[in-house]
Amino acid sequence: MIDTDAEARRVTPLNYPARLIGPGESYESVTETIGSIVLHHPRPRLWWAGFVVAFALLMMFLMAVTVLFLRGIGVWGVNVPVAWGFAIVNFVWWIGIGHAGTFISAILLLVQQPWRTSINRLTEAMTLFAVACAGTFPLLHLGRPWLFYWLLPYPDTMGLWPQFRSPLVWDVFAVSTYFTVSLIFWYAGLIPDLATLRDRTTIRWRKYFYGILAMGWRGSARHWQRQQTAYLLLAGLAAPLVLSVHSVVSFDFAVAIVPGWHSTIFPPYFVAGAIYSGFAMVLNIVIPLRKIYRLESLITVRHLNNMANIMLVTGMMVAYGYFMEAFMAWYSGDIFDESMMHDRAFGAYAWIFWALMLFNVVIPQALWSRRVRTTPLFLFVVALFVNIGMWVERFVIVITSLHRDFVPSSWGMYFPTRWDVMTLLGTVGLFLTLLFLFLRLLPMISITEVRALLAEQREEEK
Amino acid sequence: MSTPFFGLMAEFEDHEILLHAARRAREEGYRNMDAFSPFPVEGLDQALGLPRSRIPLIVLLAGICGAGGGYFMEWYAMAKDYPLNIGGRPLNSWPAFIPIAFELTVLCAALTAMISMLAFNRLPCPYHPVFNVPEFARASLDRFFLCVERTDPLFDPAATRKFLESLGPCKVMEVAE
Repeated sequence: MIDTDAEARRVTPLNYPARLIGPGESYESVTETIGSIVLHHPRPRLWWAGFVVAFALLMMFLMAVTVLFLRGIGVWGVNVPVAWGFAIVNFVWWIGIGHAGTFISAILLLVQQPWRTSINRLTEAMTLFAVACAGTFPLLHLGRPWLFYWLLPYPDTMGLWPQFRSPLVWDVFAVSTYFTVSLIFWYAGLIPDLATLRDRTTIRWRKYFYGILAMGWRGSARHWQRQQTAYLLLAGLAAPLVLSVHSVVSFDFAVAIVPGWHSTIFPPYFVAGAIYSGFAMVLNIVIPLRKIYRLESLITVRHLNNMANIMLVTGMMVAYGYFMEAFMAWYSGDIFDESMMHDRAFGAYAWIFWALMLFNVVIPQALWSRRVRTTPLFLFVVALFVNIGMWVERFVIVITSLHRDFVPSSWGMYFPTRWDVMTLLGTVGLFLTLLFLFLRLLPMISITEVRALLAEQREEEK
Repeated sequence: MSTPFFGLMAEFEDHEILLHAARRAREEGYRNMDAFSPFPVEGLDQALGLPRSRIPLIVLLAGICGAGGGYFMEWYAMAKDYPLNIGGRPLNSWPAFIPIAFELTVLCAALTAMISMLAFNRLPCPYHPVFNVPEFARASLDRFFLCVERTDPLFDPAATRKFLESLGPCKVMEVAE
């Protein structure tokens, strides 16, 4: 008999909690813990309260979009010289948030980090919803969104092609590929769990729902062999993809000649920033969920600690990026670069720049403390600051670079309108609505992967 | 045994017993059989003597097609069908064509990985006889199953049942067609 308390308190050589799954769990108990969230809907009041708020925000989004379609882009605060406003800031922010999901599910699978198991499903779902939110912005920003299909290469009667040398067209391919591959990867992992729910549920419509989605999966050795092969291949494909997507997003800026955008550090610095904000969003979602649904034995303090470590590392990379931007502006000796940097730090938007430094560079230094990394409340607060900070970062990049153009005649200020703000909050509503529906209908932790991990852990203990 | 049936199924408590049972059955000469588990069991495919999957090769070919097709599309559009001379720069500007060619490589390969996985697994599969066994509901929970099909040349209702019972199962069941 293992002393369960001592086992739970066992630590790794670096003094981190060692166990990935709490003591006393069995195949049946993990299935019950995860499956019952979907099948029995525990704590429905909290779910409904959250869902109502999210759904109200979603309705606000639809209203803002309707006004935009009726009256045109003029309802937003964008104008020359700042023609890229909230829409692009929000686009880059959302797509960055999506990156943690693929990072956790693909890259951590390839480097064999077993702690990804309890969080990969949820973060993949988060990726899909974040990319869906991101994808709306370029379309809304088109001016004539009903002609969006002009972005796609098809043999049209005008005899024209998209300009394949343009980063904006690369973006169309990168984002749509990213969404498709994330969806496939997510579904490939989900099929065995859908079969589990199909066999567990007693309600008729749910039997049909999960039965159709599980497609007759029966867990045969042949099924597993091919599913595992395909899953590993998809991870291998998704890993370079996740790095490419935010690089391509950064090309939207870096390929242009605008001071503050035209910089070779942009691709790596954008990718690091994307993973940084993505992990912050994962923590902001996971910390309340593990508490509400009592998943502390599956999503342990060690998971939180590991995610905090990744945030700290990527946060330092991002801080290096900020430093290098300033350094290169000075080192280049280019008057436009120098004045752009000076304007950022001391110009009209200086308070936003210093807020960015506070949120993204200063506050996350608290993560050096183990106490902060292992206390959910502290970690939640730090992650919230990082999430806001990363939005502010994109605001600084997009707006401060544009509002002082090369000649003073094209200088101006950018102020968002209420429709800008409503669209931003509205996509938060879209994201949360999808997230709440996901929690209600699909298992948020991979049941099969937790079982496999449990089998492994048992063998080690024998 | 008048009604037609699919085969005989043994239920096990642990994945290691199933692995051992699959190996024994293979040594015994059974070929038309399948094992079922609630999570992927390492080595079970070798124990059953399953051939290696062809999915990786197909995915590689799809990836190459995606890369070639993507690059061809860009070259055809930009250099052949509608050439635009911009400052005398080369029409076949390959560095600018790489991002889309890469994305299409990943897209084609990933779609092929998923579709070929489903196709080889014959999914969606609306009906399968193993689900006729009531105990089989636990195949997606905590039990492990080995099913020897009637089509196996060595299959004999009495002898196969005896053999399966010798492997340490909790139960041996008949699978209705």
